[in-house]
This record gives sequence, C-alpha cells and structure tokens, in this order.
Amino acid sequence: MSDLVLDSKIPSGPLEQKWDHFKLGAKLIAPNNKRKYTVLVVGSGLAGASAAATLAEQGYDVKCFCFHDSPRRAHSIAAQGGINAAKNYQNDGDSVERLFYDTIKGGDFRSREANVYRLAQVSTSIIDQCVAQGVPFAREYGGLLANRSFGGAQVSRTFYARGQTGQQLLLGAYQALERQIALGAVKMYPKTEMLDVVVIDGHAKGIVTRNLVTGQVSSFAGDTVVLATGGYGNAYYLSTNAKGCNVTATYRAHKRGAYFANPCYTQIHPTCIPVEGDFQSKLTLMSESLRNDGRVWVPKSRDDKRQPADIPEGERDYYLERKYPSYGNLAPRDISSRAAKEACDDGRGVGESGLGVYLDFADSIKRLGVDTIRERYGNLFDIYRTITGEDAYQRPMRIFPAVHYTMGGLWVDYNLMSNLPGLHVLGEANFSDHGANRLGASALMQGLADGYFVLPYTLPVYLASVDKKKASYTTDHPAFKETEAAVNAQLQRLLSIKGKRTVTSFHRELGLLMWDKCGMSRSEAGLREALQKIPAMREEFWQNVNVPGSGDCLNQSLELAGRVADFLEFGELMCVDALHRTESCGGHFREESQTEEGEALRDDANFAYSAAWEYKGYGAEPELHKEPLEFEKVHLAQRSYK
Amino acid sequence: MNFHLKIWRQRDADSAGQLEDHEARDIPPSASFLEMLDIVNEGVTLRGDEPIAHDSDCREGICGTCSLTINGVPHGNFKAGIATCQLHMRTFKDGETIYVEPFRAKAFPIVRDLIVDRSSLDRIIQAGGYVSVRTGSAPDANALPVPKQSADLAMDAAACIGCGACAAACPNGSAMLFTGAKLSQLSLLPQGQAERGQRAVAMVRQMDKEGFGNCSNIYNCSAVCPKEISASFIARMNREYVLSGLTAGLSNNPTRGNGE
Repeated sequence: MSDLVLDSKIPSGPLEQKWDHFKLGAKLIAPNNKRKYTVLVVGSGLAGASAAATLAEQGYDVKCFCFHDSPRRAHSIAAQGGINAAKNYQNDGDSVERLFYDTIKGGDFRSREANVYRLAQVSTSIIDQCVAQGVPFAREYGGLLANRSFGGAQVSRTFYARGQTGQQLLLGAYQALERQIALGAVKMYPKTEMLDVVVIDGHAKGIVTRNLVTGQVSSFAGDTVVLATGGYGNAYYLSTNAKGCNVTATYRAHKRGAYFANPCYTQIHPTCIPVEGDFQSKLTLMSESLRNDGRVWVPKSRDDKRQPADIPEGERDYYLERKYPSYGNLAPRDISSRAAKEACDDGRGVGESGLGVYLDFADSIKRLGVDTIRERYGNLFDIYRTITGEDAYQRPMRIFPAVHYTMGGLWVDYNLMSNLPGLHVLGEANFSDHGANRLGASALMQGLADGYFVLPYTLPVYLASVDKKKASYTTDHPAFKETEAAVNAQLQRLLSIKGKRTVTSFHRELGLLMWDKCGMSRSEAGLREALQKIPAMREEFWQNVNVPGSGDCLNQSLELAGRVADFLEFGELMCVDALHRTESCGGHFREESQTEEGEALRDDANFAYSAAWEYKGYGAEPELHKEPLEFEKVHLAQRSYK
Repeated sequence: MNFHLKIWRQRDADSAGQLEDHEARDIPPSASFLEMLDIVNEGVTLRGDEPIAHDSDCREGICGTCSLTINGVPHGNFKAGIATCQLHMRTFKDGETIYVEPFRAKAFPIVRDLIVDRSSLDRIIQAGGYVSVRTGSAPDANALPVPKQSADLAMDAAACIGCGACAAACPNGSAMLFTGAKLSQLSLLPQGQAERGQRAVAMVRQMDKEGFGNCSNIYNCSAVCPKEISASFIARMNREYVLSGLTAGLSNNPTRGNGE
C-alpha cells in the first residue's frame, strides 16, 4: 500500500475565490489555435453533450461518440425530480454557501471542498443557460420559475420540468449538440462503443472503438480524451440504470493507468418500485420528490397482512418522521434507504415479498386536493400504475430501495483531469463532487456544471502544457495498432468460447452477489466471501460463456459480453475498496461501524481521504493511493438529520 | 402464460426479411414485453442460435429506444400512452399469437431484425430544432417571465421521446407530430422567437427530404404516442410554416418573430 499523495491541483486562496482566481490565471488558447486541437468526447449524456457542444462553440475540433443510436437516448434522460441551483428565488435563505454546505454534509464529508464550492457557484449559470435554450421548466402563475424542496435540503432550490427534468435538460444539451453537428463543428459517431484508451508516452491520445452496426474496430487520435460515460450501477445487474449503462469505458481507462476512486460509494435510492420476480430486467425509480407530499410508513406489528386502508392510524409506524423529526420524510437517500431495510429486516415490510414500505399520499390529497397532487406527480402515478396495476391515488404506493447512482468514479483533479494526463472525466463517470452520498437533484447539476462551465475553462490547462508539435500523433502510431489488436483479440476470444451459459446469467449471478455482500450494508465476512466468489465466477465466464454469432455485424450478445467481463473484474475492485474502508460513511455502511442508534459512524482520524486505486494487472491486488481531504470551511461533524 | 410469436428476422438492411416462429413459455404475467423477449432470447442463445436483435435501454418509457410494432401497432397499443417497454404481458391473452415487427416507415431503414435507423429524426433537429444560445451568454433565468399556460403547453409538446412511433403508425410515414412538437415547444416560449420563422421552414424541408410523408388527418400518430402528444401541434406547425413564409415574403426577413 502506498501513501503517495495525489496532487488535486486545488487553486490557492480562500475557498470563495478559488474558481475566480483560477479563471483569472488560467491559460487560454487563441481562437485560431483552438481548431487545431482535436477533442474526443466519449458519451453524450448531460455531461458529454454539454461539453461537446460548448467546446465546439469555442472552436475546438470535436468528435463525439455514443453507443446509442442518438445522443438523445443517454440515461440522463431518465432523471425525474429536478436540478438544484443556489438562485434563492424563493427568498428562503438559500445561497451558494448553503448549497455547498448541504452537498458536503450530504456527501458525509467525503468530498473535496474546492470542487463542491465551485459546483455551487456555477449552479446558477446552469439554470440561466437551460432556460435560454428553451427548457420548459415549471413556472408559477406570475411567469417566474417554480421551485420545490428535495431530499436532504431545507430550502426550495430545485428546478423541475414535471417529472421529466432530466429529459428536458438532456434535450437542451442534445439540441445544442445537434446544432454544432449541423454546423460541422462536431462530428458525431452514434452506435459506436469505446473499447480502449490509447496511451502514448504516458498521455491519453486516442481511443479504439467498435461500430456496433458493422462490427468495424477503428482508432481515433486526439489531443485529449474526455470520458463522460456515466456510472457503474449495473454491476448489481438490477438497478434503476438503463440496460446499456456500463463501466467499460472507465474501467478500461483504469486498466490503462487511470486511478479509480471510491468505487464502493454507491447510492441506493429509497423510492423504487419493489422487485417482482427473477425475470425482472431493471428497477424503476419513483422520483424522491414524491417524499415532499408522501408519508412513509410500515405497520407497527410484524407480519401484518391487512390491506393498508384497514390498518388504523395508531397501528402505523411513520418511521422517518419518528426517527428524524426535523427532516422527516425528506431525510437523505442513504438514511431513508437503510431505514426501509431495517423495517423490512424487522419483518414489517409490506407487499407479497415483504420487501417494501408504503408511501402514502392520503394526507396530502386531503390537504391539497387530488388535482394538485396530479399536477405535481401525475406522470409518476401513471408509471406506477403501468408497472404495478395499482392506483396510488386510492392506496399507498409500495416502494423499496434500489441501486441508483454511483458516487465513485475515475479520480480527477480540480481540472477534471485524471492522473493519466490528457484523460478528462466528467459527470457520473468521475468521483469528484458527491463524496459518499449524493443529494437529490444534484446529479443533473454536476453533469451540466462539468460540461458547460468547468471543462471548457480547465481543458486549456492541459492543452497548453503540452508541446503540440511534439505530442501530435496519427492513428499510424504503433500504440494505436497495438491497442486495436488487443481489442480485436478480446472480441475474438469472447466469440470463440461458445460455452453453455448466457452472458446474462453471469451478469445476474454477479449482481445478486454484489447486492447481498456489497449493497445496502457491508461486513468484513460478507466482503471476503464475495472476494472469494468473484474470481471463480470470472474464471467460469471465460470458460463457459456463450456469445453466439460473429463480430462483423450487429451482435448485442457480444456487446453485453464485453461489458459483463468488465463488471466481473470491477465488482472485485468495489469489494476491495469496501473492505479496506472499515468506517461507515454515506452510502457505504459497514456493519462494524455504527452509532448506538444504528447510524453510519465515520472514522475521520483514519479515513478522511479519497481512495484512488491503481490497476496492477489482471487478478492482482490493486494499489491504494490516498488523497487526503482537507476541510478549510466546514467542521467535520457526525451527520444528523434528527 | 404461453405465447406463439411471429417475429421479423432480417440480417441487415440489404437482406430480405421474413417472419420466424418462436414459442414463449412460462411467462409471468407481470413481465414486460421486453422481458418476455429476454426470456425467449435466453432460450434461443442456449440452443446456439443468434438471439433476436431489438433495441431498448431505459425500460421505463423515457429514452425512446424501444421500437416494436406489435400486432401491427407501434408500441402495441392505441390510446395507452406507453412505449414498448411499458407494455406488460398481463394485457395479452394466454396462448395468443403475437406478431412482432420493427417500426416501419420509409425514413427508418432496418438495421437488423427489429432494429431501425432513426437518424432521420436527429437530422430534423439539426435543421433547426434548437435555440442558438452560446454557453455562458444567457441572461438571468427569471429576467423573462413566461406565462404559465405557455410554459405548460410547451412542456406538453416537449415531452416527446423521439421514438418515431408517430411515423411508424402513419400510413403516409409522416413525422409531423415529432416535428410539430419541437416547433411548437420552441415557438411557444419567448426564447424561441428570434429564429422562429427560419426554424419552421428548415425543419419542414428536412422532414420532406428524409422521405417522411404528409399528414392526412388520420391521427394514428397521437393514438400510439407514448406521451400522448396532441395532433393539434401539427396544426400549430402548419401555421408556423405558413406564417414564416408570409413574413419572409413581406419583410424579406425570415428570422423575424411573430407574436403569439
């Protein structure tokens, strides 16, 4: 284990002025020189599309890649609830300072102060930008923007577009991107999956991709590579992520030298529709904005099989209101999820499986009328009815926690650059802003902050630091040929096994193990067991997986096989990280480290750092590098939402 | 539940395709249509055959990727307001024969089996489905109030998920609901006014160029739309198009806005 300290390149000066200082002192690239730089943007969700569009506007030569048929399909589109910004339009005491503090505290004091402060600062510009693009945010009758409160906050700072905020923000970024495509400033490569990063003289200088329609493996050279490829929640097989979400781009960059930070920080979202059966392919989130007007409860007594309406008020346990009187049903995600698990572990869960709790709107409907509730959440109630066949206006919803977001990701410095020079990482793919737990409505904020307002300023730091004449390569460089050969070899290997098990069966097996041993709560024994089982599972995969068909055409089994192969390695890294972090913090709950009341107990003396793991070879123990977290502004405190 | 499936198989855009028979056995009623296909595909794979290629991603009705024509109807249902991924097997009869085909429209060439190429829709957006605003140049978000009614109507239009079911359901293969929705969203908002005229002309021209047909007031588009987008947005599009032609003729300035 190395204690090599990572240089996070945080600018000097007081926290409030760091970003302004940075911008003032930052290198610029002259307009006539920008077009000489090729930027390869991988991923075109909120972070990737906003970055690609903005960099193209600035004059860079941008190539953008996505595995979907259109950039509009990225999973950012599924974010329902909203986007935070410190506008204080509601005059309820919000400020940059408060958004910063809420985010740091929400992340259980495991994020980098300087990044989070900058995030809170640029949050206001995001709303301006999106409104100017024609994003139809909810408005009040006076025509001004409406806001709502959201999990983990006591102010109303969340902007929203019905229950489709992610969709509207993504379409705004997508439209900006399409405009640049039409202008010829961005060359878009849809249905193209990145399968490796090309490293030359220690710098990321290109990528190798596979065209998912023709099967063609190709190389692209650039002056820098930007990964905006999302999170790794599908390591659990079942999650609220889209089916296509995967860790391949970031994990393969990791194998090329980029450190992976805090992979054990995963977020379990408290309000999802419970699992129905083993055929199920994904879980559906019900926006936690529902918790503004819904009350969470379970029966007070165990194994109470009565219909919810038959359980009198006095026999219900509104456990969030009971345990956390000041935040009540708006307690942060990690806390709400664990509380639901506790209630179900105690035998008081509802629904056939007993793995569910009620989210009840009866009081709000009585107070506000059914029309108001329909206006606020109509589409969510519709989704719920479509999936379960139940009417939540009449009876409480059943919800249960599900894997939703991953705070860990590739380690980046203040400039959003990985330790691998030339590799920039944005959005959920990086580890930077959410610490050990992300607050609601902050993912959209971070994705767009990174893409619209941070990378366009920080990218020149790297570009100006490199001698353009010496460090420009074409795909004729042998490194491209070698990387392409490695990619082709892996594809051929997958196709040649023709074993007896489907790719999905391995994915499901890994997912169940991860959920059991590295899910809502983790223990040393469980993690050690997982670390025994995963390598065996991986061995079997490479002996016995069946990937039908060939590689020279559209082959969805082959696509999935490559992604699952990466999850089978990456799952191990998640467990290694979870095992090493013997404290509990945010979404990482170690059973060995809890307060008397069963809350997560941090160990600031030993774990106030980000853990960045270096790849040491297939199956080898990764090496730990630490970035100590220094808090200049906030005082580390036991998080309390009571 | 058990189903007899007749599924369209086609190796690539240039090959001929045909319906292939598959049996779906022991399907739980709560499985979605795509989960039923997952189960079938697991069986196909274990037999050593190539699974049926079909597109899906979010599986919660918002990304617009899934695109199956089921028993002749895009997304499988009129008036249900759902995408293919939100269709559940409990809505079918046990033992039923189900026809599964790709979205069919002239502007959606088949890629493989049930997957089609819908990049024509992206090119309609490229033609003008945006507000030209450089990052960082926006005024304060509350500088310009927008009447709630306009914002709400714009959101009704903006809810489009770009799946293309509208064009697939239309006998003319028309994408006017898709195009009309985006045009309406942007023309209803003050931010969209500056480019209003040229946007309408450019998007309509691109739509024609891609091979999408015209509207003959059948309204299949709205009936299959997962977001139940109203066909009145097509009327709005036609009005935008005519008005932009008029202003262009009168003032020789196609970019001038027209107050709503």
